[in-house]
Amino acid sequence: MARMKFICDSERCIECNGCVTACKNEHEVPWGVNRRRVVTLNDGVPGEKSISVACMHCSDAPCMAVCPTNTFYRTEEGVVLHDKDTCIGCGYCSYACPFGAPQFPAAGTFGVRGKMDKCTFCAGGPEANGSQAEFEKYGRNRLAEGKLPACAEMCSTKALLAGDGDVVADIFRNRVVKRGKGAEVWGWGTAYGSKQAGQPNGAKS
Amino acid sequence: MKTILVLSVAVLTLAACAEREQTASGIKSDAAPFQGTNRQFMAKGWKPGDRNSWEQELKVRTVQGQNDYVKVP
Repeated sequence: MARMKFICDSERCIECNGCVTACKNEHEVPWGVNRRRVVTLNDGVPGEKSISVACMHCSDAPCMAVCPTNTFYRTEEGVVLHDKDTCIGCGYCSYACPFGAPQFPAAGTFGVRGKMDKCTFCAGGPEANGSQAEFEKYGRNRLAEGKLPACAEMCSTKALLAGDGDVVADIFRNRVVKRGKGAEVWGWGTAYGSKQAGQPNGAKS
Repeated sequence: MKTILVLSVAVLTLAACAEREQTASGIKSDAAPFQGTNRQFMAKGWKPGDRNSWEQELKVRTVQGQNDYVKVP
């Protein structure tokens, strides 16, 4: 099994926010926390591009490197998860993440940061698979149900692809060959290393 | 008698100042997703506990659900 990865095809994303809604609904994410969001570049300018952004489950995750309580762990499938029982809400991961993935619920009178919340690739957390405790802390564990992340499965234009890196890369490659453009995969260079990014020489992802 | 009483009161009151036990461990072990769940929402077509069938199910789901070129030739 290769590693689980996300690809967002900016040629197809229509900024419908279906992925955001699917995620919020599937995991019952509270107000103020968005595990996934759609970002539009050059908004209003002809040729604007939109991308759906969440935790990319990086190969060499910066959040893991800076966490003072060692709360992150990586599964065999390459999914970066965290343990909310040991998170102290310091926010270091939020500063380290290039994608702005870590979210903090502002519960309480003084807006004190709560425990970090982020995309789990629909793989839950350290609690027993499919348990109520896991759902309350991390949301549904779709991966353990033999399903893919809800955001990608709900994407109306199939701009957002999620699954085994080899399979989704094949799907994306096929698209690029057929349409003859749009080979740039936003965020892949940052998340998985520039060699795999499919970027033109010198381009930033 | 008075000394014992004073000491026992002191022990009881000072107990509140003791450091709380820290039971939080570092990284917990997480069950592999191919072990499945006990819920009724499992996708059909794979056997919980069988890694190969789980991988195959995800692969089929990715190709059938996300690759529209296999739907529209």
